[in-house]
Amino acid sequence: MDPARKRKIRLVVALGVAVFLAAALVYTSFSASSEAKEPSQLIGAAPGTSYDLTGKVVVGSVRRDGDSMRFRVVDRDGHGQSLPVTYSGTVPDPFRGGREIVLTGEVDHGVFVGERDTLVTKCPSKYTTSSNDS
Amino acid sequence: MTASFGSVALALAFATMVGAAIAALVGARRGDERWVLVSRRAVYGACGLLTVCVVLIESAFLRDDFSFHIVQQHSSIETPTFYKLAAMWSSQEGSLLLWAWVLSIASSLALYATRNRLREIVPYATAVMAGVASFFTGLMLFAGGVNPFSTLSPVPADGIGLNPLLQHPSMMVHPPMLYSGYVAFTIPFAFAIGALVTRRLDAAWIRATRRFALIAWAFLGLGLLLGARWSYTELGWGGYWAWDPVENAALMPWLIGTAFLHSIMVQEKRGMLKVWNACLIVATFSLALLGTFLVRSGVLQSIHAFGDSTVGPYILGLIGVVVLGSTALIVSRLDDLRSEKRIDSLASREAVFVINNLLLVALCATIFWGTFFPLISELFTGTKSSLAAPWFDRYTTPLAILLVLFTGIGPLLAWRRVSWAAARRVFVVPAVVATAVAAVLALLTDAGHEPWALALFFCATFALVGLAQEFWRGASARRTLSGGSMPAALVAIVSRNRRRYGGYIVHAGVAVLLIGVAASSSFQTKRDVVLRPGQSAVVDGRKVTYVRPTAHVDKLAFTAGAVLRVQHGGGEFTERPTRRFYRPTGVQGGGVSNYFAGESDSEIGLRAGAGSDFWSAAQPDITGLQRHARAADLELERCLRGGPGVPPQCRVVGAMMRAALVNPSLRPVAQAKIEALQLATAKRIAAGYVAEASPVTFRVIVDPLVTWMWVGGLIALAGAVIGLWPARRAPGGDPELEALKEAKYREIRDAELDHAAGKLSDEDFALLDAELRGEAIEILDGPSR
Repeated sequence: MDPARKRKIRLVVALGVAVFLAAALVYTSFSASSEAKEPSQLIGAAPGTSYDLTGKVVVGSVRRDGDSMRFRVVDRDGHGQSLPVTYSGTVPDPFRGGREIVLTGEVDHGVFVGERDTLVTKCPSKYTTSSNDS
Repeated sequence: MTASFGSVALALAFATMVGAAIAALVGARRGDERWVLVSRRAVYGACGLLTVCVVLIESAFLRDDFSFHIVQQHSSIETPTFYKLAAMWSSQEGSLLLWAWVLSIASSLALYATRNRLREIVPYATAVMAGVASFFTGLMLFAGGVNPFSTLSPVPADGIGLNPLLQHPSMMVHPPMLYSGYVAFTIPFAFAIGALVTRRLDAAWIRATRRFALIAWAFLGLGLLLGARWSYTELGWGGYWAWDPVENAALMPWLIGTAFLHSIMVQEKRGMLKVWNACLIVATFSLALLGTFLVRSGVLQSIHAFGDSTVGPYILGLIGVVVLGSTALIVSRLDDLRSEKRIDSLASREAVFVINNLLLVALCATIFWGTFFPLISELFTGTKSSLAAPWFDRYTTPLAILLVLFTGIGPLLAWRRVSWAAARRVFVVPAVVATAVAAVLALLTDAGHEPWALALFFCATFALVGLAQEFWRGASARRTLSGGSMPAALVAIVSRNRRRYGGYIVHAGVAVLLIGVAASSSFQTKRDVVLRPGQSAVVDGRKVTYVRPTAHVDKLAFTAGAVLRVQHGGGEFTERPTRRFYRPTGVQGGGVSNYFAGESDSEIGLRAGAGSDFWSAAQPDITGLQRHARAADLELERCLRGGPGVPPQCRVVGAMMRAALVNPSLRPVAQAKIEALQLATAKRIAAGYVAEASPVTFRVIVDPLVTWMWVGGLIALAGAVIGLWPARRAPGGDPELEALKEAKYREIRDAELDHAAGKLSDEDFALLDAELRGEAIEILDGPSR
């Protein structure tokens, strides 16, 4: 086979593989992702769908009960109705009332049930005092 | 006063950088060396001015000058000195200043190093570097709200303080390392643009900036490693990587930078891949800017949220200019970027480099897609959806395994071509050993249940054995030539071929690091257990006993801890994980309950070992403590109001407080008394906590081989330093010609080493050597270049 032809075949094969992998990537990303929702969008949501809950933890709402934890979350702007959340698993250090969090889970009978170890708390870049939290 | 002085210095630095860029362009257009000289000196001058700015800010932090907005927001009187120095880059304006300052230093170094070289390229490169520096300096001056010298009036008495989570030694070093990495990639980018504009597209610009690219790569890598370490020890989470957008943003330029460092060798030695290299450096620099943008913009949900910033859109604009401008430039120069040669054979080092480049780019593209998926999905479906760690793992694991395999294969192959017989000779030992190790692991350990981990162990063993064989054969060849002991021969080959063996050491480090990652992510045991003092739990064969609670109080924080006894086999050790609750600073009043109103962080217990780490964190239930604190506050209030039956010291303080209301000069004394009273109360609560023996949630992790992750990272860093170490340079002569001669001489030496080490057959070596010597004679003869 002459080298030019060989190179062309190689290029086509490489491109084909790349396109195939890219398609797999795109396809799986749409099915594996979970939608980000704020509490006000999840009130009354049906069980069975996984969401990423994003919002602010209501100050003073955190109750620990052994390994599990209950708290309420409101929209990031602090308005609207709050959503009760139950969660068990790792709690990152920065977690507390007033912090923004992201948590994966489902809504069951009006309560957001977080998946184990999916709680992400935003790193604050500086102190915020409790008076600024509300 | 100092603030206005600083503002002037910053404005002057901006003007000087703009001047440098203009002078460089004028010099390049007119071919006038004097303008170029002016531009170089202007860059040095701007570097000096920015240094003044940094010194002023740092001294303001050290002096607790709260008239500076930046100091008031990020430091306080009680912040430890070490962290006062680091507080600058926890702010947005401070990190912009750091960017500009580090860039001015790197530009000055690069211009000094090339002062007698690359006469045509340097002016344009100067213009690019000065242009980028003017951009960041200009941002501070004109973007609004990010001038580090903005002041407060009236001057507050104390600052807000630095977040205790950021008060960790690696946080002092992590951000400047990342920034230095991002910034140093500007230098090769600028010279690439210069080379494209002037059509001087041989390897001269690469030789001049390779060291900067390697420094940038090493800094970025170290920054990533420190960030991982911080996450592992400080966040009470036990992980080191979470595929968070900001982490990804730092990883992407590092990956493309890795590809660039490899493929420029192909251009240096073989005159190939020129378009590819130009694209890679543009991509690396754009990704570095994107990293800066992501950290500061808040467009993606990240744990690193630094607040919505004002500078995001400007940086995005710069990225747009860089990407579009560079692409247009590369397209217009396609004719000049044609390869001088072609790849001879798939069994050659350059072919392996091409494959590793493709893998690295694929890895980066995957991470890019996953990172920006929330924006992509919003575009297509209208909702922001994000991808979690399992999705990233699914794609990055196989790519990482293949990459490790190629870190092993690459060094075993010689440049240009290798006969299959020679290849077989060098592949036999690593392949046999790796197969044996994988078989033993599969039979005797759990590794058989984790095919991906097993595949990685196989590939990493292959790479490590192959690299060891390289060192062994190289040293043996050296001994047959000049005698001496084996260690002496090893030192000699490494010090005489620093780039080659430094690179091999980096490869070994990466293989070791990935062994640590694979083992700790596949075979980790993680348990959350609730224990009362005296109770114990068994985690992965280790008996963990909660011996007793501890508590400590000072003015800053309430620390609740635990003493854990861990028994494993015959051995026994103690860990003391604690959790610290910080009082918010800069807040008046609030009482004892304030201890539990602020930040808290974990001091983990860690027993690191070559086999596995035993990691523990304690999460005491603070509802009881909060209740006691509230009760104590009420009690204290009643006590201060006075009345029948209150203790005498209360009555005294209460009287002082009432006096202070009338006479403000008594206020500090009364305040101090109250604080002392509160501290005593908190100490009583702490003693109560120890006596109460309430249950504590412990997170316990047994992490196998995780230590090797840090060790591997340090090995790779050492390799990079060896590869960077400058060789003795013969004085005099045209530096460009000298560099060219040195490069060719190194190629001949490489071929000789490969032949001596058995990588090249006799015929192959004879052909290659003749070719190389011919090329060398051309260089020596020809003023044609």
